[in-house]
Amino acid sequence: MSDTAPVFQLDTTQSDTLILALTGDWIQGAGAPDFNDLRTNLNALSPKTLIVHFDNIEQWDSILMAFLLQCSNHCQDKGIALDTTSLPESAQRLLDVATAVRPHQRPEPGDYHWLTSINPLRMLKATMGNIRESLAFIGEVAMALANLVVGKANTRYVDFRAFCYQSGPDAFAIISLISILVGMILGYLGAVQLQQFGAGIYVADLVVIGTLREMGALMTAVVMAGRTGAAYAAQLGTMQTNEEIDAIVTLGISPMEFLVVPRMLALVVMMPLLTIYADVLGILGGALVAGGMGITPLQYFNQASAAVEMNHIMVGLIKSVTFALLIAVAGCRSGINSGRSSAAVGQAATQAVVTAIIYLIVADAAINILCQQLDY
Amino acid sequence: MIDAPPPIEVRDVTMAYGDFVIQRDLNFPINQGDIFVIMGGSGCGKSTLLKHMLGLIAPAAGDIVYSGQSFVHANSNEQERMRQRWGITYQSGGLFSAMTLAENISLPLQLYTRFSPKERMEIIAYKLALVGLDGYQDYYPSEISGGMRKRAALARAIAMDPDILFFDEPSAGLDPISSRLLDELIVQLKESIGATVVMVTHELPSIFAIATNSVYLDANTRTMIAYGDPRELRDHSEQAVVRQFLTRSSATKIEETA
Repeated sequence: MSDTAPVFQLDTTQSDTLILALTGDWIQGAGAPDFNDLRTNLNALSPKTLIVHFDNIEQWDSILMAFLLQCSNHCQDKGIALDTTSLPESAQRLLDVATAVRPHQRPEPGDYHWLTSINPLRMLKATMGNIRESLAFIGEVAMALANLVVGKANTRYVDFRAFCYQSGPDAFAIISLISILVGMILGYLGAVQLQQFGAGIYVADLVVIGTLREMGALMTAVVMAGRTGAAYAAQLGTMQTNEEIDAIVTLGISPMEFLVVPRMLALVVMMPLLTIYADVLGILGGALVAGGMGITPLQYFNQASAAVEMNHIMVGLIKSVTFALLIAVAGCRSGINSGRSSAAVGQAATQAVVTAIIYLIVADAAINILCQQLDY
Repeated sequence: MIDAPPPIEVRDVTMAYGDFVIQRDLNFPINQGDIFVIMGGSGCGKSTLLKHMLGLIAPAAGDIVYSGQSFVHANSNEQERMRQRWGITYQSGGLFSAMTLAENISLPLQLYTRFSPKERMEIIAYKLALVGLDGYQDYYPSEISGGMRKRAALARAIAMDPDILFFDEPSAGLDPISSRLLDELIVQLKESIGATVVMVTHELPSIFAIATNSVYLDANTRTMIAYGDPRELRDHSEQAVVRQFLTRSSATKIEETA
């Protein structure tokens, strides 16, 4: 097997009819010539006919075919007649197949300037569209809930029960860990400062109020947004991809009643329970820290039980119900509106978590301001 | 009887995603008892047309009329009532993955009929037996093969003895024997329950074996260019593209004669 370099030669004796002689081994790694060189020549000479001569080629592979395809496309664009009759039959057939369908021309994208992406009008329009979509979703959910109340909704109790289990008992481990640690963090934060004033015992008050009013509900919600909100989005997104949601619609069932309501109710029922659990563990976490600072458990719990007030607990519970609704809305909306591909399902899950966390922080701030104004 | 409106009529339908028109001016009736095939090359909008007929996408213009009643202009209660008379299988099956096969089939029965639980289980067993899957009641869709999933989807579609059966690529991805069995099943079901069948497919053997009427959607001109019995179209269509589609002529020839 003699490896000779693949070359082409252009016979330009006749200006109308050029002869393209291909020689050498047109195989991978042999250094095939660049088609652009030939293109330059062809553009300069602008012939009417191009005859390919296939001389002494012992071996050839896709490199040759790629070259010939470019040649053929170029000739078709420029209206040059291409004669490939000297090719071996197998190459001829491959070229026929490759040129059977013309390359697709992607339509020119319209005039687009990067400034248009920060056009405030456009952004306003997009935001308004987003808000309208959210409101429409909430409206549909509200109608589904109304149907549930009058007993006309296609919501299955088994689904509700399964989602309760998923979002409740299944989350115990992670909630336990997070709330004990957050209780300890609050304890340290307070203990260091309060001891400077000799008021170390008040660490109990700080942990109790901080956990009941704020951290218990918020940390539970953040965990549930990452855990359950993302799961809801992924479940519904996959159902969208599998045409399961189409099937539900064409069975005459409202996806809101069948899919969204049981998920949302499960979260609304389980989140307050998880929050109470987190509150208890958070206060225990604080006790661990207080113990390290020389406060006996008896002292700590005495002080703590004096600090526990019904309105602290209520604020935490009101928050947890609000957060549950927001997480469920963010998760289900992203899932239902998801595109139909694996990438889109991933995006839906990401969007669900990001939106839920934004909702949580904004709602938390709003409730705090409200409580302050109401002196509750 | 002659004056009864056809079960399905597509009237002046234009389908579009935003500004991008997929197909325009679609106009054809589907007659009682037909096995009607929507055919055309890849990407011409066959499945999209089916989704329009199912009311999953609203047409950009035009109307879909079921037995003389407009679907597009019906209110949601009427739409729901019309949908209860349909049975549908989707390209990917569309079985609910969180439910067993029995629960999948049982869902429409629970919603729209008043069978006792025992009767319901008997009907589920019968519908599964029709598609050769009796005994698989407690399997989840992920636990059975792709071909079995298609048949299970068919069992769910016929759970309510529908008047109209819609199939999106019923035999895609099936081996030739299963595919032929599915075709036979469709014909038998159609004859026994007297349904009208609408299917999207480009499996030529199954088109010639069972279809009685068809429409061809062309991707280039973006409209329908042929309507009629596919065997007639294969031999006598005025459109070269249609004849070539139905005789599997090579792509090069299409380019030359189109």
